[in-house]
Amino acid sequence: MLLQVEDLHVHFLTQSGEIPALRGVSFSIEKAESVAIVGESGSGKSVTALSLTKLLESPPAIYKKGKILYEGVDLLSLSQKELRKYRGGEIAYVFQEPSTSLNPVYSIGFQLLEAIELHQPHLKDKKSVGLEVLQKVGIVDCQRVWKSYPHELSGGMQQRVMIAMALLCKPKLLVADEPTTALDVTIQAQILELFAKIQKDLAMSVLLITHNFGIVKGFSDRVVVMFRGQVVEEGPTEKVIYSPTHPYTKALIDCVPRLGEKGKRLRAIDYSLIESSLNL
Amino acid sequence: MILFILRRLLALIPLLLGVTFMVFFLMSLTQTNYLTPLKAERDISPQMIEALEKKFGLDKPWYERYFLWLNNVLHGDFGYSWIYKMSVIELLMQRVQATLLLNLSSLLLAWCIAIPIGVLSAIYKDSLLDRLSSFLAYISISFPEFFLALLAVYFAARTGWFPIGGLTSIEYPFLSPIDKLVDIAYHLVLPTVVLGIGGIANMMRIMRGSFLDAIRADYVLTARAKGLPENVVMFRHVLRNAINPLISTFGYVIAGLLSGSLLVENIMNYPGIGQLIYSALMKQDQFVVLGSVVFSCLLLVLGNLIADILLAWVDPRIVHHE
Amino acid sequence: MNEKRSYIKELLRNPFGGSACLILLLLYLIAILAPFLAPYEPSDQDLKKTYHPPTKIYWHSARFVVARYKNVDPSSATYKVIEGEFCPLKWFVHGYAYRLLGIFPSDIHLFGVEKPDRVYLLGSDNTGRDVFSRLVYGSQVSLSIGLIGVSITMILGLLIGGLSGYYGGWFDNVVMRLTEFLMAVPALYLLLALRGIFGVKFSSAQVYFLIVIILSFIGWSGFARVIRGLVLSLRSQTFVDAAIVLGQSSIKILLKHLLPNLASYLLVSAALSIPGYILGEAALSFLGLGIQEPSASWGLMLAQAQDMKVFMLNFWWLLTPGIAILITVVAFNMLGDVLRDLVDPKFRIYQTKRG
Repeated sequence: MLLQVEDLHVHFLTQSGEIPALRGVSFSIEKAESVAIVGESGSGKSVTALSLTKLLESPPAIYKKGKILYEGVDLLSLSQKELRKYRGGEIAYVFQEPSTSLNPVYSIGFQLLEAIELHQPHLKDKKSVGLEVLQKVGIVDCQRVWKSYPHELSGGMQQRVMIAMALLCKPKLLVADEPTTALDVTIQAQILELFAKIQKDLAMSVLLITHNFGIVKGFSDRVVVMFRGQVVEEGPTEKVIYSPTHPYTKALIDCVPRLGEKGKRLRAIDYSLIESSLNL
Repeated sequence: MILFILRRLLALIPLLLGVTFMVFFLMSLTQTNYLTPLKAERDISPQMIEALEKKFGLDKPWYERYFLWLNNVLHGDFGYSWIYKMSVIELLMQRVQATLLLNLSSLLLAWCIAIPIGVLSAIYKDSLLDRLSSFLAYISISFPEFFLALLAVYFAARTGWFPIGGLTSIEYPFLSPIDKLVDIAYHLVLPTVVLGIGGIANMMRIMRGSFLDAIRADYVLTARAKGLPENVVMFRHVLRNAINPLISTFGYVIAGLLSGSLLVENIMNYPGIGQLIYSALMKQDQFVVLGSVVFSCLLLVLGNLIADILLAWVDPRIVHHE
Repeated sequence: MNEKRSYIKELLRNPFGGSACLILLLLYLIAILAPFLAPYEPSDQDLKKTYHPPTKIYWHSARFVVARYKNVDPSSATYKVIEGEFCPLKWFVHGYAYRLLGIFPSDIHLFGVEKPDRVYLLGSDNTGRDVFSRLVYGSQVSLSIGLIGVSITMILGLLIGGLSGYYGGWFDNVVMRLTEFLMAVPALYLLLALRGIFGVKFSSAQVYFLIVIILSFIGWSGFARVIRGLVLSLRSQTFVDAAIVLGQSSIKILLKHLLPNLASYLLVSAALSIPGYILGEAALSFLGLGIQEPSASWGLMLAQAQDMKVFMLNFWWLLTPGIAILITVVAFNMLGDVLRDLVDPKFRIYQTKRG
């Protein structure tokens, strides 16, 4: 087992008091496994992802209870200094908004080199390793991109750079927080394919966070469904999609528009129904 | 880029014409002119006065005089100062050095103090340092500059630790080169501090605000997620973005050079352009006034231009848009 | 409108905002009640008591008394207390006549002493005038100039900037060029030039008026530009289109829809620019171009303190007007800052990210 999250409770301190964001989240990820966390806005999926290496600003976030066991070590109990060893080198991230996730005043090459210096310091020719990875993520003109600044690249290219940067950290787990939400639909497919390729080629574990059930199928091995800070269902992708047990999962799957359903209304989620089945 | 600069410089011409025209008009509204006190002076002969009147067309209406002045200017002749008895250009050049020195050293002082404190205030938000420096900045901004200058002179007079005014001591011409520098530095201390305090407070607040904004950026999360140590995140990633607005302050100092230190110079008896202009305006030394107005507009446009260029140079996104 | 009420409440709850309001309230009270509080008229000289230090006040046989002084060395203005001699401090005395708020005649002053003794709470200046009285009267100038100047600027800026942003077209262009031009003219120059030109022949009231006009004239262009920008962005929002479609006249749209949205910006901007007017008037008077003798203005009083004598002989009380300016400006700055913090977060709410 690579990662095991046990009964995670995370609260946020706000002007109106302490608000629970995660109320006892538990799931696990095996080596070379790809898991997807699906849920709507506010379900707590991003908070879960960022909690893994305590990346949330704390305050206002409070890690109230629970354990995050990475290869047996409880990450929540570590100091910031100790945690830094896990950031990038063990667990790397790709975020939602590539245009703002890259520092606008430094070139791509500079930012990639930072990752390499940090996680592969003994390499002799760092630049060529960086260029190689850029090619691997599908950037053909890697020399030009290396010298460019973030704003000179398209959204898709920027995201590929982010992925390259994450890979250069040599992680065992790649966490992608809604990596395609900000991109065009056509690019979405390409990026997802890239993730799949990486996972297969490098035998890396991938945690994909998304609100779109549509992209989960065909990509992840297992699915975790979240609703309002809790895990409501979990299991192998095929099983969850075709025979969901929880009413929320059913409703969420129903939301995905299908080909051939011309003339029918889009379905919305009836929250009252779901709340009654949960102890909220 | 070149086009951009050219366009700005071209806009200078109508501005200069408009402003000098306006100032000329305003000055003509006064009943007396600069020759009036001169007529009372005995060491200027009536013939000379008549010749000067002819040359500057004082017998003609003001709009004709304006074109006469303009004509002279285009031939490089900015006129003659009645008070100081030298050509305007010479006078301006002499004085502008002193003002430049004062303003640049106060800017340097401001940068050296404001930037570190601003950054630290932002990183350790709401700490004692933050609250204390915010409080001090607050008071500094509210402090009337001329009152501060007054207090500084008061302080110098009572303690005798610093000279009360001026740029150089009486013995200056007889000092060795190094001693000359020391002498100037010694005289610069108080005016620089007085001028700098307001600047420090302002810049510190801007730095802090800018830094706090930059800290919230997404790329900070990326940098942390990469595993970078916190000080690298702050000083390599955040600072580089946060410092942009302050870089252009250099340009704005140039832009406001002629008026920025006016009060300080007058109160602390510092021989700069501010002091010159004030006395010129009061005594209606017309050519000095007009010359300095031209100079001031020039510096304004130049300074703003420099500020914009600096901003573009420092932020790669802006250059790309041109 | 509900927002306005909650602003005031939150403002007062904030310690800085509350204290700023308190200080300003006190200052304006002093300004209004100036003649009542000041034992002497601002031009009331006593050439035998120039540069007199603040008169000591004792508590003696159940009342306050003011010490008497002897001028020991006229050349260096040293005064020594005459032991055992003093005069009683009286409350609510009859003094010189005045009109409170220019309407109600009275001659009662809060405190005073019998002639020929003098009570100098903050000493006297170079012609024996009571610094405290002049300080109190000076507050009238400083505190009113801020309000009047800002009002003129706001009205000018709102009108011109608002119309410019709303109608656009050639009017907008002309206004933009004009404001750029005005902003390029070195402000201090304009100030000095205009002031120097209109000579010393004006009466105090006219000078005051002139200064206000000049200061507002310099300030309005920057303000107009910001208003124009705000109006432009507001105008493109759909609620304005809705109003137009419904047939409302332009002016009504300006007043009813756009103005309320600008209101909070106006308020903050006003509070933050008042110090500029106060400091501007003080600087002008200090340089001799503002309020003239024998009227009182804080800047003018400080001009006296420039004299070498003051430094060498330690007449510290002549520097008190500077502190008065400082307190006033700090209070306005605090107010503006607190208001801005209250208003700003409300705008930020509309900018949060999703998810």
